[in-house]
Amino acid sequence: MATLSDVKPTAALAEAVLSNDEILRYSRHLIMPEVGMAGQQKLKAARVLCIGAGGLGSPLALYLTAAGVGTLGIVDFDVVDYTNLQRQILHTTADVGRRKLDSAADKLKAINPFLNLRTFDTKLTSANALELFREFDIVADGTDNFPTRYLVNDACVLTGKPNVYGSIFRFEGQASVFATEDGPCYRCLYPEPPPPGLVPSCAEGGVLGILPGLIGVIQATETIKLILGQGDSLVGRLLLVDALGMKFRELKLRKNPDCPACGTHRTITELIDYEQFCGIRGEEAPVYGGDLPVISVEELKKKLDAKADIFILDVREPHEYQICNLKGYLIPLGDLPKRVSELDSSREIIAHCKMGGRSAKAVAFLKQAGFTKVHNLTGGITAWAERIDPTMPKY
Amino acid sequence: MPQIQIPSPLRQYSGKQASVDVPAKTVGEALTGLVSRHPDLKRHLYTDDGKLRAFVNVYVNDEDMRYLQKEDTVLKDGDTISIVPSIAGG
Repeated sequence: MATLSDVKPTAALAEAVLSNDEILRYSRHLIMPEVGMAGQQKLKAARVLCIGAGGLGSPLALYLTAAGVGTLGIVDFDVVDYTNLQRQILHTTADVGRRKLDSAADKLKAINPFLNLRTFDTKLTSANALELFREFDIVADGTDNFPTRYLVNDACVLTGKPNVYGSIFRFEGQASVFATEDGPCYRCLYPEPPPPGLVPSCAEGGVLGILPGLIGVIQATETIKLILGQGDSLVGRLLLVDALGMKFRELKLRKNPDCPACGTHRTITELIDYEQFCGIRGEEAPVYGGDLPVISVEELKKKLDAKADIFILDVREPHEYQICNLKGYLIPLGDLPKRVSELDSSREIIAHCKMGGRSAKAVAFLKQAGFTKVHNLTGGITAWAERIDPTMPKY
Repeated sequence: MPQIQIPSPLRQYSGKQASVDVPAKTVGEALTGLVSRHPDLKRHLYTDDGKLRAFVNVYVNDEDMRYLQKEDTVLKDGDTISIVPSIAGG
């Protein structure tokens, strides 16, 4: 299996001498032959870069720090908000509004003062990724979007760093180790990203709070095994976790000889524009070509106050309707095609969802179906809660 | 009868079912049978010109069908087909 022995300069290992305080701290590692003094020194000499200090990044950073990884880098440009706290266990209620890096630094330093923490307050981009990755031995991918996942993969392949991968959605997760010398990379598994909008993000689809814990800890385990050179890594295997069924399955992964990133005839020899790669390529033609008619929450309020004859169409899911609603008529977006006959095209229809994305699709669909008096509520019910009715809960 | 495992992002299009049993001799037949029963799944699995989407991976037991005979892969009794789309949450 891939280990770091060939990439780690022996000088760094020789310098990673443990103090008596460290020996006491890592005693439960040191008494296991699979780790021992030599393994703990490898951990101390190791440099791991976490991309993101969110759901996956939290358990990753916490456990790697506790385990004695000597140098931990974290790349994040985000600020803690209330919706993070259900799963991002690095951050507490008191951290809301702080930079995630500052919040993370407090917790990690408190767990292990021997940690050399390097924080990078930036978005990972094609311009900075290679330079950044070269300063580390392993990259752990805890990002939350497709463009960054392809960027992390390609930068790992180009710099020869293992990519410890984890990804989550609702009740399911995936984990693997990509981009080792002989193993497959993320592009071998998924040559192309899904078209925008087809796969919902956690912000749209939700995620069970413990799931990043399960998957992030698997990533941390794989990272530590790579450093120690112990066990069987997930190289060449995709672990699938289904938390609802509590089933762990694994699928075989193969290195694709035709892979554009790591195959025999590589076409990706430098980093590309990943927003464009994930945004334009493979994008479906818009359902409706024209500009979508929109209405602001302020205009909607005026119309409601004036008792105008308007029909509010809520295209969210029933469980979202229970959280808060505008007393609209509920038809989830997915049901709209088969329930369109319930709508009266002669009335003025204002469609809304949580943020305005799904209702834009609904409006485009209705326009195409011949509805003329239909508007999309810009910003959705969230904008209403922010600007019209502050007593309404936001979610 | 082969069983097709539906991942959670796609269950909203399969009547909330986590798995669907479809009588079929090949992977292609099984997938065709699946989308004929659950037509909403079709545009998530296939492109407009009828090709399986590149971000949807199909496994027969634990093997990627791209490394078997793709849609012509012959199914045995008790085989499990898994649809594994890419997810990106973190």
